[in-house]
Amino acid sequence: MAYKIVASQCTSCSACEAECPNVAISEKNGTFVINPKKCTECIGHFDIPQCVAVCPVDDTCIIDTSYPRYQAPA
Amino acid sequence: MDGLVERNVEAAKEDPRSLDEVMQEIAEHKGCGTKGGSGKASCGTGAGQGDMPAEIWEKVKNHPCYSEEAHHHYARMHVAVAPACNIQCNYCNRKYDCANESRPGVVSEKLTPEQAAKKVLAVASTIPQMTVLGIAGPGDPLANPAKTFKTFELISQTAPDIKLCLSTNGLALPEHVDTIQKFNVDHVTITINMVDPEIGAKIYPWIFYNHRRIEGVEAARILSEHQLRGLEMLTERGILCKINSVMIPGINDKHLVEVNKAVKSRGAFLHNIMPLISAPEHGTVFGLTGQRGPTAQELKALQDDCEGEMNMMRHCRQCRADAVGLLGEDRSSEFTTDKIMQMDVKYDLDTRKAYQEKVEGERQAKVEAKQAELATMAGEMSDIKILVAVATKGSGRINEHFGHAKEFQIYELSTSGAKFVGHRRVDLYCQGGFGDEASLETVIRAINDCAAVFVAKIGGCPKNDLLKAGIEPVDQYAMEFIEQSAISYFKDYLQRVKSGEIEHVTRGDADIRQGALINA
Repeated sequence: MAYKIVASQCTSCSACEAECPNVAISEKNGTFVINPKKCTECIGHFDIPQCVAVCPVDDTCIIDTSYPRYQAPA
Repeated sequence: MDGLVERNVEAAKEDPRSLDEVMQEIAEHKGCGTKGGSGKASCGTGAGQGDMPAEIWEKVKNHPCYSEEAHHHYARMHVAVAPACNIQCNYCNRKYDCANESRPGVVSEKLTPEQAAKKVLAVASTIPQMTVLGIAGPGDPLANPAKTFKTFELISQTAPDIKLCLSTNGLALPEHVDTIQKFNVDHVTITINMVDPEIGAKIYPWIFYNHRRIEGVEAARILSEHQLRGLEMLTERGILCKINSVMIPGINDKHLVEVNKAVKSRGAFLHNIMPLISAPEHGTVFGLTGQRGPTAQELKALQDDCEGEMNMMRHCRQCRADAVGLLGEDRSSEFTTDKIMQMDVKYDLDTRKAYQEKVEGERQAKVEAKQAELATMAGEMSDIKILVAVATKGSGRINEHFGHAKEFQIYELSTSGAKFVGHRRVDLYCQGGFGDEASLETVIRAINDCAAVFVAKIGGCPKNDLLKAGIEPVDQYAMEFIEQSAISYFKDYLQRVKSGEIEHVTRGDADIRQGALINA
């Protein structure tokens, strides 16, 4: 799985963009989006996903269940 | 252009024309009008030149936030280049973005550093009394260090006479102090609401630090430690620090006396205790829990308690992170990104200097008039103190119509003189020439602790209602200097009390207005 940003909740504050260790977050049409191909759920980087931890609005950076769980390379 | 500059330099020396006239001439030359423009500025210490070392005076004399006296004459602007934040405060809600909201943390559009630099030049060319550029968010400038410092770099290259300042929650301050110094930022504001982490836990639900979200007392402990260490590091380097504190009744109101001592002992220059802005429609935690803000007299009592310790700022307008103009006015809508990108901006240092010299002349005249008036009160003995409200558009004069005032400035009068102690926002009373009874009541509630209101002009109906509420409307000082007039009025007031013509009564409390500006 990857994380995704609920566009209707996003304040476009950009805090997540700088914290993402995978440079997976960018601004698209005024709000921020996560590239699911780059998102590793911060596994191997940090204990908790950085976008979730820094986001000022609860339940805005959430798991996107349409993608399979990220597998850290062996 | 050169001819105009020369004329203005001469004008600054001895031309009897008023500031407004000079401004109009500059504006006409630039092809834009000043109508509705010349206005109020505000943020800082009331201390004058005689009360502080020369090098400090140099730093604050034309900074509207650091000098109460300067706020009548000089303007500031904020550029919203810093949207990200690294902490969460219970009085802040980052989801809201309303053009009619006037409170910190709210902006209409964020800017890139390049757009911000262009905007600063556009504003500085249109408003020659704009002397200060601040970065105050809408998040935390130091949680966006690349954007913040890039903006400072661009502006110091193109507009070197503009003072740079920033406002931070302090969490990331220690690691950026050297960069702040490198970019010649000589005014830094830190928001410190507590020095006791137990109290902090009631104000800050979490901080983001070292890649973790930290909650509760531990979060407040780290934040407080960084704030105080950052303050020490700045003052060691000779950078002026202002401390902002939000007064939250029942949570940190009594504790702010401790905060005041802690920041004073670490060399802070000025302490700005602001009332909590809290309404359910803001969607903040405090707004939703019904946490109230202080009344006008509660705020003043706390500011008075702390004043013995250090300079208190009482003219803060708690402005938006994209505010433009004198404190108390907001001209940001004239400078939207669309508009500034179409403006052909020429930065004209000479015109700015000429204008500012003229301002200095006016200021000097104001100070001399006040001192001369004060001298005539020598020998008066009385314990009486009264508050008066003043309708002003700036320049330190009583030059606003009662019905047009968006705010009133409050002065405390005693035998030691006239002291600025605050301001009150009010709804616009006059709507297209027709007085609105409901908003007159709002005005009266906002200045209910005042014995008189000084105006340039006032209609018959509001006059009677004010008298009924025990507030004397005074229009005899129209267009005169505020402090000189206030002292003169106070002398007369004491005489009238002595002769038994009027009775001195203690006034009640007043409201601090919450919510959005209608007609911003």
